[in-house]
Amino acid sequence: MNASLSRFNIVSIVLGFAFLYLPIVLLIIFSFNESRLVTVWGGFSTKWYVAMFQNQGLMDAAWVTARVAFISATVATVLGTMAALALTRYTRFRGRILFSGMVFAPLVMPEVITGLSLLLLFVSMGLDRGFLTVTLAHITFTMCFVAVVVQSRLITFDRSLEEAAMDLGATPVKTFFQVTLPVILPAIISGWMLAFTLSLDDLVIASFTSGPGATTLPMKIYSQVRLGVTPEINAVCTLLIAVVTVGVIAAAVVNKRREVQRQRDEQAAQRG
Amino acid sequence: MQSLGSIRRDFSPWNDPAAKPYIVFDQVTKKFGDFTAVNNLSLSIYEREFFALLGASGCGKSTLLRMLAGFEEPTSGRILLDGQDLRGIPPYRRPVNMMFQSYALFPHMTVEANIAFGLKQEGMESSKIADRVAEMLRLVKLEQFAKRKPHQLSGGQRQRVALARSVAKRPKVLLLDEPLGALDKKLREETQFELMDLQQKLGLTFVVVTHDQEEAMTMADRIAILDKGEVMQVATPAEIYEAPGSRFVANFVGNVNMFEGMVTARDASGVSINSESGIAIRTENAGDAQSGAKVAYAVRPEKIKVSSRPPMDTANNAAEGEIYDIAYLGDMTVYYVRLANGLVVKAASLNSARLTDDPLTWNDRAWISFKPDSGVVLTR
Repeated sequence: MNASLSRFNIVSIVLGFAFLYLPIVLLIIFSFNESRLVTVWGGFSTKWYVAMFQNQGLMDAAWVTARVAFISATVATVLGTMAALALTRYTRFRGRILFSGMVFAPLVMPEVITGLSLLLLFVSMGLDRGFLTVTLAHITFTMCFVAVVVQSRLITFDRSLEEAAMDLGATPVKTFFQVTLPVILPAIISGWMLAFTLSLDDLVIASFTSGPGATTLPMKIYSQVRLGVTPEINAVCTLLIAVVTVGVIAAAVVNKRREVQRQRDEQAAQRG
Repeated sequence: MQSLGSIRRDFSPWNDPAAKPYIVFDQVTKKFGDFTAVNNLSLSIYEREFFALLGASGCGKSTLLRMLAGFEEPTSGRILLDGQDLRGIPPYRRPVNMMFQSYALFPHMTVEANIAFGLKQEGMESSKIADRVAEMLRLVKLEQFAKRKPHQLSGGQRQRVALARSVAKRPKVLLLDEPLGALDKKLREETQFELMDLQQKLGLTFVVVTHDQEEAMTMADRIAILDKGEVMQVATPAEIYEAPGSRFVANFVGNVNMFEGMVTARDASGVSINSESGIAIRTENAGDAQSGAKVAYAVRPEKIKVSSRPPMDTANNAAEGEIYDIAYLGDMTVYYVRLANGLVVKAASLNSARLTDDPLTWNDRAWISFKPDSGVVLTR
């Protein structure tokens, strides 16, 4: 294979990245715009960041979102892990295929339908729309993502580890908490992070299931944009991007380090 | 006194009618759906015995081991350990420990923590645990690796950790599932003797599952040959090799020449067999073969002499043929001699001298011959 980049490759890379990141770069640049008009550059300023922190509505929405995301991701991780365990371990129970289909259906279900059906359910149950309903809705739709992530780890899990633990005198419960759980923990954590980010940026389902006093950040941003994009919104989005980027980079660096360390250890072990 | 091969002179409880077996499989059957993994099998294993279950994959040997460990329950029949019926006792309450084929070391724990795992479950005091772990590390010579994680160890070291972990609780019985399967040849040979040494030192009963006959022959006091969930023969390695009970066992362990034929006469000194190969066989080891029975006469290659000159007696236990192939293995040479009827006989001769005065080569005429006690008559 030719290692050097051909002109064609360079062009396609530049085009690809531009397509992906130009909008985001524009958004970041205009968040530092002095001018009130979003599309006209009026000089550098950080005043919109100050304004953002003084905007009580935005801050409230951010707090709601953080709480919804944290609670729903945590509950969804517990439920999703249990579903993944049931699906990989008890391969012959009645209705397994139906159950696995039902667990994964929300992955491909249009969000509008999920949102609408949840709304109908909450209304018929007489639940007032608010913090509780949006959290429940987010648990419902993020659980299947956790189940998929954890299940793919469990498929490669060596069952003889659990047998060894039981053979050495650990009861099934102790085996789960001392052996199974620590081994699959990385997958559970990534499942949690996936659920957290999905909940964080969900607009459609939240719009259906949330109510007064429980406006999430995406809903707030969307409603403000309808009144006209302000540089304040750009600032919020820039901060969100910064948080996500730092998180992704940190995770990648940690992973890479661990991988390198592991390879080094293994080479050392092979040498004796 | 004449005897079949080497023996542990002071240890043969299976020949002592007063000895009580330690582990008993009593008419055990195990079915997985329609598949019968173990079929009405009975076996007795004695205390401090090194017992090998030998068979091809799918013969039910691992299922037997897993039933003993408690991971599977027999469909019918009983398994007794020291007189106690094991039915219904979960693996975590059985006084047996197992060394897994994959080693199954806990990847998130250090070597030390792996070995201590079973002791902690017992609720042992932490100072005693530390002592026992140190003792185990010494036993398997891994003292300087105590703080390492399994992925920082080589294959041989992992095997030792697995071994240390499984004997740390001083189980009554240690089960070993293909304990040397993942090691390379040289390491395997060393480890075989270490395992035997360890078994003697700790005075444990070992039950090892293997598909490697050499491994079983080297290590075990007795071997059970399994096929399709049934026991074909239980005997010492020497008996298995020199006195196989059936065609299957003779073929399964080592190389063998099988002369099919019919018993023409039986008298006090043995039987005469008219073999399909054309060789008139006269043997002392008649077994229970009666006149007229269809039998096979099994002779190991190293017990067949090959020579360019005819033997003293050409009428019995001898035939002339042509050298069809030669495999020179260094320590020995295997000659493939084709007889007149097309049967190819393997004859192995030890190269005890560097030079030979009877050089044979491809397509030479050669005589094969064997002694009256060289082979065994098999009726099954």
